[in-house]
Amino acid sequence: MKSKRLLAGPYLFWSVSFVVIPLLVIVYYAFTNDEGGFTFSNLAQITTAENLKALGLSILLSLVSTVVCLLLAYPLAMILSQNNVSQTSFIVLIFILPMWMNFLLRTMAWQTLLEKNGVINSILEFLHLPALEIINTPAAIILGMVYNFLPFMVLPIYNVLVKIDPNVLNAARDLGANSVQTFLKVTLPLSIPGVISGITMVFVPALTTFVISDLLGGGKILLIGNVIEQSFKQNSNWHVGSGLSLVLMVFIIASMAMVAKYDKEDGGAAF
Amino acid sequence: MSSKLIDFVHVSKAYGMQTVLDDLNLYIRENEFLTLLGPSGCGKTTTLRILGGFETPDTGKVIFDGKDITNLPPNKRQLNTVFQKYALFTHMTIAENIAFGLKIKNKSRQYIHDKIKYALKLVNLDGYENRMPDSLSGGQQQRIAIARAIVNEPKVLLLDEPLGALDLKLRQDMQYELIRLKNELGITFIYVTHDQEEALTMSDTIVVMNQGYIQQIGTPEKIYNEPENAFVADFIGESNIISATMVKDRLVKILGVPFPCVDEGFGQNTPVDVVIRPEDIDLLKPGEGSIDGVVTHLIFKGVHYEMEVMANNYEWLVHSTDMFPVGTEVSIHVDPYDIQIMKKPESEDEEAVNIEE
Repeated sequence: MKSKRLLAGPYLFWSVSFVVIPLLVIVYYAFTNDEGGFTFSNLAQITTAENLKALGLSILLSLVSTVVCLLLAYPLAMILSQNNVSQTSFIVLIFILPMWMNFLLRTMAWQTLLEKNGVINSILEFLHLPALEIINTPAAIILGMVYNFLPFMVLPIYNVLVKIDPNVLNAARDLGANSVQTFLKVTLPLSIPGVISGITMVFVPALTTFVISDLLGGGKILLIGNVIEQSFKQNSNWHVGSGLSLVLMVFIIASMAMVAKYDKEDGGAAF
Repeated sequence: MSSKLIDFVHVSKAYGMQTVLDDLNLYIRENEFLTLLGPSGCGKTTTLRILGGFETPDTGKVIFDGKDITNLPPNKRQLNTVFQKYALFTHMTIAENIAFGLKIKNKSRQYIHDKIKYALKLVNLDGYENRMPDSLSGGQQQRIAIARAIVNEPKVLLLDEPLGALDLKLRQDMQYELIRLKNELGITFIYVTHDQEEALTMSDTIVVMNQGYIQQIGTPEKIYNEPENAFVADFIGESNIISATMVKDRLVKILGVPFPCVDEGFGQNTPVDVVIRPEDIDLLKPGEGSIDGVVTHLIFKGVHYEMEVMANNYEWLVHSTDMFPVGTEVSIHVDPYDIQIMKKPESEDEEAVNIEE
């Protein structure tokens, strides 16, 4: 037993030095001011009109992105889970391939595509169609979020769907359910753990991202991630940045706890 | 037995290049306990799935109660299936599982409630309404699967190797339970299994299948005592299958020795296969029987001893309650009515279904 516990040593060292200590540092900064005195003012920064707006917009955009991801991913996961093996691995490859490319590069590619004189508009102009003006708007940010986070929705849903015994679906049909009833009463409820994993894995990174909003929002649209980034980098105010981070973290933990309440299964099947 | 309820007419099915069913013709009567019996890959499960509506035959049609149901989806058929490995809805309670079909049909709450009570009583699981399927043992889950099917009052219950996942003792108990259920419900049971003992115990009619062909249809007694070919003889129980010559009516020459038998109509000097069940062989003192030989193996099996007797260059399998130690000189005697004569396979198709030794 003792020697086995020793094996946890490196992980313990890692998590203490790179997770626990930094977290405590953030907590320290969040509750102190420049002079080192105790204060709640950093946390209260979230209530300024500008920051509330950023938080609200972040929540809205990440919710919309999550819903769009879910609507796109569920049918795709169903098709993947029903096809035979050789076809499936090919489709999965096609689908996963962009994920192996650098995240920044992918987002910058969208920037190039969507620009006023970018690739898409050049093609539209060539076809004498009206130009697409979504760069630097929330729509472009949602597009970027959906594009980057879609696989994280597909995989957990796909994982639960392939594990459903086909005979369970046959049994529903056998008992008189048509294909729509079978989906609503059997497939969908059985896939809920995967859906919840997927929502978690899309909503959290979407809520905290600042790169996507930076690149596709043109710096004009501030999400909460951007506000935090700016307070660290541009304003060099670690105290406010830490305070906002802490508020966001509590918010995420609370929303995940709410989601988990609906997830009676043990944590879903993702990864 | 009454009229034909189900009729398979020239049904064929292939997956890619592999033919699973080849021109199957089979009718099933009302109130029958019919078993499709055969080794894996013989087409028995495919036959059941075609009847359940989960597969469509490539050619031919399925008639149910006078109507062609070949292309009817499963939810429109008046039959229910009990699946291998239960296939219960794990996200629902036992009561919700059983109520599934009834809710789809918009039955009243009171009706559903009564039906759940009745079904649970029928399968001896009263009081399990609010349990979840995962908290039940395999045998209990299987009985819930049966209850879930029969509350819909199907005309036919299809059972796809329902006892396959259970242990021996439970399997035997469930066999009696199924016979009781069938008698109480008074409906047709179509049962798929590869277990010959299950088939012999429960069935009114056994259909022995191999490689997509029906080998023999008959009562358990008929299938066991009068197998039509070497495959059936070998698959159902143990047997001595020996090449022989039918000298004339009522006389067959086995391993060069003439044996009187009761079969007629095979012609004169026709090559045939004979099957002799090991328990039908009597061992006598040397010289008293038809062929003399020596005991080469002896195993105690509980109810009987299993022996091998080398006689005329053939190892005879013998079951007897009397023990003859290895090396004993004995003589083999078989009563005429215990010798079953089968015609040799003629076509290549029939050859293909022969037993691979």
